[in-house]
Amino acid sequence: MEKSVVFNNKLLPYLLLVPQLIITFVFFYWPASQAVWQSFQREDAFGLNTEFVGLENYQSLFAQPEYYASMLTTLIFSSLVAVLSLSIALLFATQADKNLKAAPFYKTFMIWPYAVAPAVAGVLWFFMFHPSLGTLARPLRWMNFDWNPLLNGNHAMILVVMAAVWKQISYNFLFFLAGLQSIPKSVLEAGAIDGAGPMRRFWTIVFPLLSPTTFFLLVVNVVYVFFDTFGIIDAVTGGGPAGTTTTMVYKVYADGRLGGDLGGSAAQSVVLMVIVIALTAIQFRYVERKVQY
Amino acid sequence: MALRQFGAAAAVTVALALASPAHAVTELQWWHAMTGGNNDVVNKLAEDFNASQTEYKVVPSFKGSYADTMNAGIAAFRAGNAPHIMQVFEVGTATMMSATGAIKPVYQLMKDAGEPFDPKAYLPTITGYYSTSKGEMLSFPFNSSSMVMWINKDELKKAGIAAIPKTWPEVFDAAKKLKAAGHATCGFSNAWATWAHIEQFSAWHNVPIGSKANGLDGFDTVLEFNSPLHVKHLQNLIDLQKDKTYDYSGRANAGEARFGSGECAIFLTSSGYYGTAKGTAKFDFTSAPMPYYPDVAGAPQNSIIGGASLWVMGGKKPEEYKGVAKFFAFLSDTDRQAKLHQESGYLPITKAAYEKTKASGFYEKNPALETPLKELTNKEPTANSRGLRFGNMVQMRDVWAEEIEAALAGKKTAKEALDAAVARGNAMLRTFEKTAK
Repeated sequence: MEKSVVFNNKLLPYLLLVPQLIITFVFFYWPASQAVWQSFQREDAFGLNTEFVGLENYQSLFAQPEYYASMLTTLIFSSLVAVLSLSIALLFATQADKNLKAAPFYKTFMIWPYAVAPAVAGVLWFFMFHPSLGTLARPLRWMNFDWNPLLNGNHAMILVVMAAVWKQISYNFLFFLAGLQSIPKSVLEAGAIDGAGPMRRFWTIVFPLLSPTTFFLLVVNVVYVFFDTFGIIDAVTGGGPAGTTTTMVYKVYADGRLGGDLGGSAAQSVVLMVIVIALTAIQFRYVERKVQY
Repeated sequence: MALRQFGAAAAVTVALALASPAHAVTELQWWHAMTGGNNDVVNKLAEDFNASQTEYKVVPSFKGSYADTMNAGIAAFRAGNAPHIMQVFEVGTATMMSATGAIKPVYQLMKDAGEPFDPKAYLPTITGYYSTSKGEMLSFPFNSSSMVMWINKDELKKAGIAAIPKTWPEVFDAAKKLKAAGHATCGFSNAWATWAHIEQFSAWHNVPIGSKANGLDGFDTVLEFNSPLHVKHLQNLIDLQKDKTYDYSGRANAGEARFGSGECAIFLTSSGYYGTAKGTAKFDFTSAPMPYYPDVAGAPQNSIIGGASLWVMGGKKPEEYKGVAKFFAFLSDTDRQAKLHQESGYLPITKAAYEKTKASGFYEKNPALETPLKELTNKEPTANSRGLRFGNMVQMRDVWAEEIEAALAGKKTAKEALDAAVARGNAMLRTFEKTAK
């Protein structure tokens, strides 16, 4: 005889869902719909004159060569940051998962950078690598390497990627470590007894078993590079030089807050929103199939 | 009848009770963006004003960078709780003045409050920036500066440069000598890239940045700084950047540290850098007027100001406006202005304060502080040198800087970069024009 519990109250499940729904509505649907509405308007910074302009904001947006440049920049930046921060974090996590004497010490220190606010991380890296003030830029100059993120777009990109990766490694590390620790030792030992070396064990046992974590982190990291890295870019390069580190989200900020063009900025956030929704959908549709829970 | 009398008495009592808080102190919010020593100046001014009378209390609060302060003020206005006084940097002027209803023009404020106010008492090169074309003062100048060329005298001597260079060709020569004498990474440089090479450069050579007197006469202004002179100057910088005879130091003023550390011995930046230079430079330094091209007829003209002014926000109570007017009168006091100028390095805003400082012999001991004043008053300002007023200026400066950076990095020619800066800037001006009507 199986016991089954049935709730006859039809209202209760909805009531239990209400807090979550309210949060989703207030923090997502409401601002998102505001952005969509605003993207059809032209408004001055103070909100004194508002005019409905239909698709004009979108038209002028897609007529800007700078907008396409920022899309390309975003693509380069986000792939670099996501790939590097995930792979480096995975490497660190596998190393810290070994039976080391000082493992707790390493683990704690690895997590610390996550507590640093993006803007602070940006300022930190900005000063370390400032061509004439930076403690780390000076050795580069001594080696006669013309390090100049103020004018060289590639150098600036390397700098923001490093800062963004550094900041995200801790987070990824934490999840990978937890994922690694949940892999049953017996499976690994069985593999070892069957004669599989450490590399083979990693790729055939650990990596597949870690895939739910990796997939989760992939989604989170993509959202991170698209939105959260803005503070780093603002503090390190301000989108420069010559727009080479202006990602799409930085352009939203620059046009909206610095430029006071709220309609154009809203149009960009709508485009950005569509892209991220599409990306996440693709990830769930295609990448998730390869995930083994 | 008795009841009616009682009612009247009660009403009077209630009215008195309600009125008495009005006799208490009226608080005036002042949002500003001053850091370090200048933050202390702001707090001291508020303290002194509060101690000087009992009716009003000015409450200063720091809101971050200039752009942050302005955005905070705009957001607060939209939410219906703007401060009374807001410090806005010079490039935000067009945005503020187009916001009719959001602001209370200063000339109107002083008239309504009946405070003595003579616009002619202020230095015209300063107030011109913040006035309508009819000369009505819209905001109250607070901290003003101009661009000067800072000179490391010790290093110039070591490199065998006898006189401080006056013209651009002389600066280029001096920079080459400095480079040969060991300044391998920086012959000369500057902070505020666009302020130096587009805005001040144009005014100093009496060529327009844009039509309609650089936008002062209307929002339908069109940018014009892609003239042959501008192209020639940028081309010179591009050529010198190749071997770091000139070395770019970024859009804002973080590069100023390169002067303080001795790396760059010639450095163009704000005259407001004086306080920092005094504190950090371990060498003999001074300031000199900005260089010019001697083959340009009439150069040098006069420089334009930078810095910030105080805007009064709209929709406040009359007695609050009275307090703000009293505060502005307090700030205009000659002794106070002279003292502010001598301590902070910012320019005095009244003629009387300038004369007083001059008469006291202060400039003989501190010639570096008179340079910006000499630049500003060098000649009677023309339509090209009165100031500038472009909408979207905060972001437009970034756009111009992007193009200059592309040119200095060798990705574009001088002409291509300036043409693109003008074209992109004009597009932004048209967007602004549509929202500002």
